[in-house]
Amino acid sequence: MLSNKEKMLIAEIWESLTPVAEEIGADALLRMFACFPGSKTYFSHLDISRGSPHLLSHGKKIVLALAEGSKDISQLTVTLAPLQIMHAYQLRIDPINFKLLSHCLLVALSCHMRDDFTAVAHAAMDKYLSAFAAVLAEKYR
Amino acid sequence: MVQWSESERTIINGIFSHLDYDDLGPKAFSRCLIVYPWTQRYFSSFGNLHNAEAIMGNANVAAHGIKVLHGLDLGLKHMDDIMGAYAELSSLHSEKLHVDPDNFKLLSDCITIVVAAKLGKAFTPETQAAFHKFLAVVVSALGKQYH
Repeated sequence: MLSNKEKMLIAEIWESLTPVAEEIGADALLRMFACFPGSKTYFSHLDISRGSPHLLSHGKKIVLALAEGSKDISQLTVTLAPLQIMHAYQLRIDPINFKLLSHCLLVALSCHMRDDFTAVAHAAMDKYLSAFAAVLAEKYR
Repeated sequence: MVQWSESERTIINGIFSHLDYDDLGPKAFSRCLIVYPWTQRYFSSFGNLHNAEAIMGNANVAAHGIKVLHGLDLGLKHMDDIMGAYAELSSLHSEKLHVDPDNFKLLSDCITIVVAAKLGKAFTPETQAAFHKFLAVVVSALGKQYH
């Protein structure tokens, strides 16, 4: 359950990170691949090495989607409808991986924002990422 | 038995040799109570945990955070038998404290995030992977004596 204050905080954070979307997204993905090698199986068709154009563009896509969703969290199901369909019928990524990427996004944010990633910001962001992941998996079955 | 590469041992020992327990212990533990409020169920004797400010200013929380972070030293000293090293603590958490072992993972995630904030860019994906592996083995060892 996100309070209005938390929703504003989340939107603010993603707004401030949009200029470095590529950097944050790629960093989170690299962390996930390093800690949870099983997640790499979904990327066998791409070059996911550090600095690769595939990695950067994919990372950017993910962060921009998170930023877009954060602009109106109450409308997540509407905003994410196309992505819901893609993940359910085309990508079919096991939803456990959403949790793994969410954790790595939090670590990436923590490395980037340092002390500005306060406990309150962390709590709000964790809730947002959980909600985002849940909506993404809604059409799976 | 868990196998550790030389690189992993170096990374893990490196993190702990520079760790400020008095700073990160309270940060990690208070973060766990704030981000996962249901974990407060085990600490009703700690006083005021009503909101983030109260938790972060609570002396009992701070002291306990330092204690718990030092609990990782056991694993560090016995990296080749982490299961054995935590057998007693595992029984304690199961039989006396009645802590749901899922909570160990929640706290270990918070420890990772506060270490990440402290180290910044130095907390590379490779560093995170080694640290994560260490914490995962400790978490597993702490859950071993539950039956």
